[in-house]
Amino acid sequence: MSALTDDTLPASPRAVRDEMIVFVLMAALLAIVPLTGIYPFFVMQALCFALLACAFNLLIGYGGLLSFGHAMFLGTAGYFTAHALKVWGLSPELGILVGTLGAAGLGVITGVVAIRRQGIYFSMITLALSQLLYFIYLQTPFTHGEDGIQGIPQGYLFGIFNLAKPTVLYYVILVGFLGGFLLIYRTINSPFGEVLKAIRENEPRAISLGYKTDHYKLLAFILSGTIAGFAGSLKVFVAQNASLTDVHWTMSGEIVLMTLVGGLGTVFGPVVGAFVIIAMQQYLAGFGQWVTVIQGVIFVACVLTFRRGVIGEIAHFFRRSL
Amino acid sequence: MQALYAQLLVGLINGSFYALLSLGLAVIFGMLNIINFAHGALYMMGAFCAYFLLNLAGIGYWPALIIAPIVVGIFGMILERTMLQWLSGLDHLYGLLLTFGIALIVQGVFQNYFGSSGLPYAIPDELKGGMNLGFMFLPIYRGWVVVFSLIVCLATWYLIEKTRLGANLRAATENPTLVRAFGINVPRMITLTYGLGVGLAALAGVLSAPINQVRPLMGADLIIVVFAVVVIGGMGSIMGSIITGFSLGVIEGLTKYFYPEASNTVVFVLMVLVLLVKPTGLTGRAA
Repeated sequence: MSALTDDTLPASPRAVRDEMIVFVLMAALLAIVPLTGIYPFFVMQALCFALLACAFNLLIGYGGLLSFGHAMFLGTAGYFTAHALKVWGLSPELGILVGTLGAAGLGVITGVVAIRRQGIYFSMITLALSQLLYFIYLQTPFTHGEDGIQGIPQGYLFGIFNLAKPTVLYYVILVGFLGGFLLIYRTINSPFGEVLKAIRENEPRAISLGYKTDHYKLLAFILSGTIAGFAGSLKVFVAQNASLTDVHWTMSGEIVLMTLVGGLGTVFGPVVGAFVIIAMQQYLAGFGQWVTVIQGVIFVACVLTFRRGVIGEIAHFFRRSL
Repeated sequence: MQALYAQLLVGLINGSFYALLSLGLAVIFGMLNIINFAHGALYMMGAFCAYFLLNLAGIGYWPALIIAPIVVGIFGMILERTMLQWLSGLDHLYGLLLTFGIALIVQGVFQNYFGSSGLPYAIPDELKGGMNLGFMFLPIYRGWVVVFSLIVCLATWYLIEKTRLGANLRAATENPTLVRAFGINVPRMITLTYGLGVGLAALAGVLSAPINQVRPLMGADLIIVVFAVVVIGGMGSIMGSIITGFSLGVIEGLTKYFYPEASNTVVFVLMVLVLLVKPTGLTGRAA
């Protein structure tokens, strides 16, 4: 049915070897960033969005489910972590736990509703659910409405690592990103991931083979939401605020755009896409609303001419799976 | 009681817009298999078109009611010819992504030139003032919007369900290849259908201009509510879209009176309830 990833190769030993090589290269490159003088804040922000896009990609690329509301996990985890750190005065690790669990809970509730429809309806439902949440966060007092939660203390992770130091924070974020990335990678290549791909390709067939496809889809949705929430919790330490922007539908659109640019259903595509889009926003920040127009143009151009995305095209060219 | 009737009227007006927009979405989805994310942006273009006609060319409300939907409809048909038609045969999701991109472009361009604040559009002289109905005061323009939208909705229903053209359209929705074999130009029909759906959105935009002012983002939040309306009603039936649109508007209006805090979330909450009870939507068949 789905033509989203027209040439995904089955996981062969060669594909896994290729992917591990690229992973080690990526990790090594990211590890030396603080030595190069590149502005670490930019890379940290991009890493949080990269993990978020990877979580989103788990649903669309391997489950065929396009969520147009993934910002709700980013924003929810952000608010929960920010509240836990600032108001309850919890330590960073507990703050991250609170945020991630919050997103997981949200994933359970919204997942039960959203997976009741497939395809295009699933996208509309997730969009509507995230808009519902946006209005709730706009009105509840603990989010401080338009102001958001600001000036969040960063604290000491496990009582040792001072997150107020940019280099320490950078490596903490990097470890979080790589951990989340590996978890997604492991999921994709597990029996669970294979069943997901089967559902994406032909759901009635998967049902006829005895799989309870709704359970698999729900589990994938919760996992994706939880990891997206983890990324949102990490982002709180980088941005030191949690605001309505993170729950708005434009943010959900950006997550979709990152994954589309990098390559839907590719392992590394969302990471590349996140860096491209975040870099673009940084350099074009002075152009005001034209950034929105440029994002729209990229959407249109990608869908019409560049559906495989950056990594998808490279993988296609070298006939590898990346 | 006055306040209750006033909110009911506001609800009916919002319901008219929901009905006109979800009707267009349903017609487009039937023929093109695309959920038109740009629908809100095209609704906004309809309102801006009326605004330009008045302020640049001195053309008033009544001609704008006809010209704006045609102009925006032609713009839509150009979009369909140049972009959307290349997506046939691909996964439906690409249509959503492409039209989302188009919406970003259109809204971004308008935001650049007009900011985010509203531009006033005066109520035409013929529809100014109000009527005292005894139990409430009815502003004539608001009554006009509800009645006129209802007429347009029913006319669209008649066109699609009762005329020969509509029969061809419905046949082409079911089996385009077979209909082409009868010598009917299906690609042209698809383009015209998209133009019709977009024209309905632009018409809703013109109708809302005097009530809600003309803003670049006027369609952005509306389209998400309309998506929820479409999920609740299902896209299987034209009449279903109309009835669902108007009823949800009324329910929203009642919520504004009885529990204002929930007025902008009530449609989404209803969507969740409907999905839990009847996942295919109230009138929809299984997708």
